[in-house]
Amino acid sequence: MPETNAAGQRELTFAQAIREALAEEMRRDKTVCIMGEDVAEAGTPFKVLSGLLEEFGKERVLDTPISEAGFTGLAVGAAMTGMRPVVDIMFGDFITLTMDQMVNQAAKIHYMSGGAWKVPMVMRTTLGATRRSAAQHSQSLHAWFCHVPGLKVVLPSTPYDAKGLLKAAIRDENPVVFFEDKMMYKLKGAVPEGDYTVPLGAADVKRVGEDITLVATSSMVQVALGAATLLEEIGISAEVVDPRTLWPLDEKTLIESAKKTSRAIVLDEGYERYGVTAELASVIATGAFYDLDAPVKRMGAMHVPIPFSPPLEDATVPTEQTVFEAARTLCGR
Amino acid sequence: MTSATQPGEVLNDVALWLRMYTNMVAVRLFETQVNELYTRALMPGLAHLYIGEEAVAVGVCEALERSDYITSTHRGHGHCLAKGASPDRMFAELLGKEAGYCKGKGGSMHIADPATGNLGANAIVCGSAGIATGAAFSAKHLGTGRVSVCFFGEGALGQGILYEVMNLAELFKLPVIYVCENNLYTEYTHYSETTAGDILSRATAFGLLAATVDGQDVRAVYEAAHILIERARSGVGPGFLLCNTYRYHGHHVGDINREYYRSKKEEQRWKNERDPIANFAKWLMDQKVADKTKLDAIEAEFADEMRKAVEFAVAAPYPVHREVGEDVYA
Repeated sequence: MPETNAAGQRELTFAQAIREALAEEMRRDKTVCIMGEDVAEAGTPFKVLSGLLEEFGKERVLDTPISEAGFTGLAVGAAMTGMRPVVDIMFGDFITLTMDQMVNQAAKIHYMSGGAWKVPMVMRTTLGATRRSAAQHSQSLHAWFCHVPGLKVVLPSTPYDAKGLLKAAIRDENPVVFFEDKMMYKLKGAVPEGDYTVPLGAADVKRVGEDITLVATSSMVQVALGAATLLEEIGISAEVVDPRTLWPLDEKTLIESAKKTSRAIVLDEGYERYGVTAELASVIATGAFYDLDAPVKRMGAMHVPIPFSPPLEDATVPTEQTVFEAARTLCGR
Repeated sequence: MTSATQPGEVLNDVALWLRMYTNMVAVRLFETQVNELYTRALMPGLAHLYIGEEAVAVGVCEALERSDYITSTHRGHGHCLAKGASPDRMFAELLGKEAGYCKGKGGSMHIADPATGNLGANAIVCGSAGIATGAAFSAKHLGTGRVSVCFFGEGALGQGILYEVMNLAELFKLPVIYVCENNLYTEYTHYSETTAGDILSRATAFGLLAATVDGQDVRAVYEAAHILIERARSGVGPGFLLCNTYRYHGHHVGDINREYYRSKKEEQRWKNERDPIANFAKWLMDQKVADKTKLDAIEAEFADEMRKAVEFAVAAPYPVHREVGEDVYA
């Protein structure tokens, strides 16, 4: 049974919010189907999809062979011809196996055909380290897709956003890649019952502040909020802005926040080098140039394969403490 | 192989024979014009000619309905035409003009046309195997009764996704036919140097019904395709058709000096002895279906149509500059 919070709002976990979005869309539109490895009876290893098979049957919740390229390609063709498939790529590391289908096929078909064909599909996959899963089950590779015109890239950070963004992604006429932080599946938050969508391309200010802007994506939003609490204790007021979608990108909200606070740190769990943080920092540095009192700081994953050993793994990604230290330095405190 | 068709129905259909002859002639004349455009430096980019392989596209597409789906390849002009594309918009696309099937944004290797079920030619070898399988998935799920055909060259046998989707197609009993055009050369390498074991076994291992045909014999291609397509349409499952054929020209138009990978003598032997159009013409005349005058008239008519189509394309305007940013997102 869903819980309610102090404000009397219904609370769901991130995973429950994803499942509710899928169930509602599948009830609304018979062309929506789910395919992937162990999505049916197992409901995925993360149990995100539990119960969908029972309601929608195996014609619409399809277990596939371990063939990421094959079933992703199948989804591209199905999307072109009247379906709205949602493919499940269990670990974000496995997107590497789908790259031709996503990059050379899904992303380009609308353009190459002069607008004649479209590919309304969603790829759901995961990101995030610190699960002690080592180098091939821990990467955050969303930047790869951000680099490709024709794809949209969504990174929800709360149960509310997860439900609304996933519903918007399913209804979108384009291929959308939807990254879920696997460490966040148990995160609870208020989620309204029934239909609502969160538009793709609208950032959200998760915390209002005055002295510094922390632009954070996905897993890094909670880290930024934690750091903001620590900063408050030393008298620094941090604003936390979540772009929610990396493409389309709400540049305006990012720039306005940085203009207001005059300082910005960009946080993303992907690799820092050539990563999402570089693009977002560039947007802010260009758009808020005359209002900045310090260079825009970037914080992402270290440029190493994710190690297994817990203390080593923990050192690869930004934490509340490292973000707190960086923000304090940037504010000259 | 069990036949869904009465032999007499296929083998004695004069109108069908003449249509297939006409379509093969049209493809060859189209490609001859492409070669001409390219050598006159009127055509930008690459051109991979289908000359020599016409019986495959025509025989298979003749067995399809207009609403059925195909996916094609970098050597795709023949598939697109055989599925019903019009030469003028094809040429316009090849020249990068606004009037082309893709507003000039796709070019020779990416002709796509929803009106004729053409999901698109694909310049990644085996790149469309997933797409064709997915179209069959939709057809089954939505109950449209459509069939999907995936054309690919034998070079695609080296790509893993082919085996992934054949497995999926058989598991899901999808109405898709994988048509392998073995023209003997994977770019500049004989296929025997790149292909271990037996080709057909690769499909039968997954449970697909598979057949080999002489890809230079349009009647044989049509008959085998018809059986596999109607079997798939009835819901029994996917099929695989291996068509043994030959490309007369190089891998692309610029591939002129080919002696290092195949001899002129070999090319000449195929042209003299195995030409799908000449041999079919002879058969039609032997059967008294048509005389030389009639067949010559068909050729003259299409030669004229192709010339007009080229003129249309050459005169057509390029897309306006703002088009570059259109159609990235739907």
